[in-house]
Amino acid sequence: MTRRDLTSHLGLIAGLFALHFILPAYHHGVFARVMVLAVYAIGYNIAFGYTGLLSLGHAMFFGAGMYGVGIASYHFAIPALPAWIIGLGCGALLALVVGLLALRTEGVSFMIVTLMFAQAAYLVILYFSEYTRGDDGLVIPGDMRAIGSWDLSDEGTRYLLAWALFSIALMLSLWLVRHPFGRVLVALRENEERARLLGYDTGGRKLAALVISGTISAAAGGAYATMFGYVGASFAGVQYSIFALLWVLLGGAGTVLGPFVGVLFMTYLNDVASGVTEAYMLIAGVVLVLLTLFAPQGIVGEIRRRFWKDLP
Amino acid sequence: MFQIEGLTAGYGQATILREVSLQAALGEITVLMGRNGAGKTTLMKAIMGLVRAEAGQIRLDGTDLAALPPHQVPGHGVGYVPQGRRLFSELTVAQNIEVGLGAGPKDAAKRRETRDEMLELFPRLGERMGQRAGTLSGGEQQMLATARALCLRPKLLLLDEPTEGLQPSMIEAIRQVMVQMRDRGLAVLLVEQRIDAVLELADRISVIEMGRNAEDFTKPEIAPGETRLRAHLGV
Repeated sequence: MTRRDLTSHLGLIAGLFALHFILPAYHHGVFARVMVLAVYAIGYNIAFGYTGLLSLGHAMFFGAGMYGVGIASYHFAIPALPAWIIGLGCGALLALVVGLLALRTEGVSFMIVTLMFAQAAYLVILYFSEYTRGDDGLVIPGDMRAIGSWDLSDEGTRYLLAWALFSIALMLSLWLVRHPFGRVLVALRENEERARLLGYDTGGRKLAALVISGTISAAAGGAYATMFGYVGASFAGVQYSIFALLWVLLGGAGTVLGPFVGVLFMTYLNDVASGVTEAYMLIAGVVLVLLTLFAPQGIVGEIRRRFWKDLP
Repeated sequence: MFQIEGLTAGYGQATILREVSLQAALGEITVLMGRNGAGKTTLMKAIMGLVRAEAGQIRLDGTDLAALPPHQVPGHGVGYVPQGRRLFSELTVAQNIEVGLGAGPKDAAKRRETRDEMLELFPRLGERMGQRAGTLSGGEQQMLATARALCLRPKLLLLDEPTEGLQPSMIEAIRQVMVQMRDRGLAVLLVEQRIDAVLELADRISVIEMGRNAEDFTKPEIAPGETRLRAHLGV
């Protein structure tokens, strides 16, 4: 990892910390949400951006983290931090099981299989409504949304926790892609057969990448549930799987900063467009088409292509 | 000693290689020749486990390579440089070598030593370490693909048409590397179509036609047998 890598990524982290003191209340809340969703996108980027695993079912991992926290807090009165760890474990376990089965396929088949697993997970959530409260979802009791003396219903605390989680995920992602293991993931994405013929157990590496990716996504889902106090089936639906793909593509697949930029861009694009017209998705759609035409590698990907060749 | 005996292999229902036998001794360059579609690349893939053997044996120093999954074959001392190089084009030269080393020696000092050896063997790569592999010239890509395979410190080096489409200076550089590898005691198995390129280089030539052994030439038989060799290849 070079000094330049560290400076640029720590610079973003420092900038986000500084924003805590200057952002108006509304944007403060938006940024907290953006940072948590960016962690989800960072997880997705490890599978898709770096390893080339195009999953259309990542919302099941986000949902696993969310429902792990929700059920632990709502039904068993488990405090926020242990509940979050349970959520993390649920995501890791689900990613392991799904990976063992889905990674027998590749390309379009992998995409379809992950989509089917995610739909099955979504239906399981609706079916076991006794525990998940189905479409209504779970509202996590206020006293379960605290870590020690930190009250997560307080916006300032929420922002700082979202910032801490995002900082850890970002630096973990940077470390991973600069680590020899990360190089092998990129090698797999580039040419799996060649990597195998250099002696790499590509199946094992892909499974490891998917489990890491699913665990980070679950960490985001669990944090979202604890911070915002609500767990709903829609977060595990296909729409949230496509959001992750969209954020990563817009920000720049296979770039460390891309997921954050993608989430930030989409959030504010929808926000601004909805202030102009009720048909805000139309405006968002046109902007996305233009971006795809003129920056096909995503915003950060384009910066890397034009100005900063070794941007991770 | 590397030895193939009675190898029959193919893709699904299509049998490409029929009872092929071949030997490649350590410290020798064995050239595999044949017309387009004769089964040369399929043979290379069968050695690497990418095409499953229906019958026969592929042995390197007593290990039956045909019984191994593809990712374990390199660990038993086989380095493969496929046709078309197939680099990790988004990775830099240094990162490509790093990936090659990752599957090679586990000891850090040994890895450094191997890396330095590669840069000594291909000094041009040393000048391009930060450059993305996809932006290298054809000759440099071939050097990198060969260096990456050599990072595994193989006993057997498979090269599938390594000089295809290269300029003469690059062809000579690649030839020099093959000679050096032979002199260091590696068995080099080279697929080549151009007779002129191998007449002096080869210690043994094996010709296959329609997936079967056609004729073998030992070193003393190569020059006198040039006309027959050309007839096999239809040139």
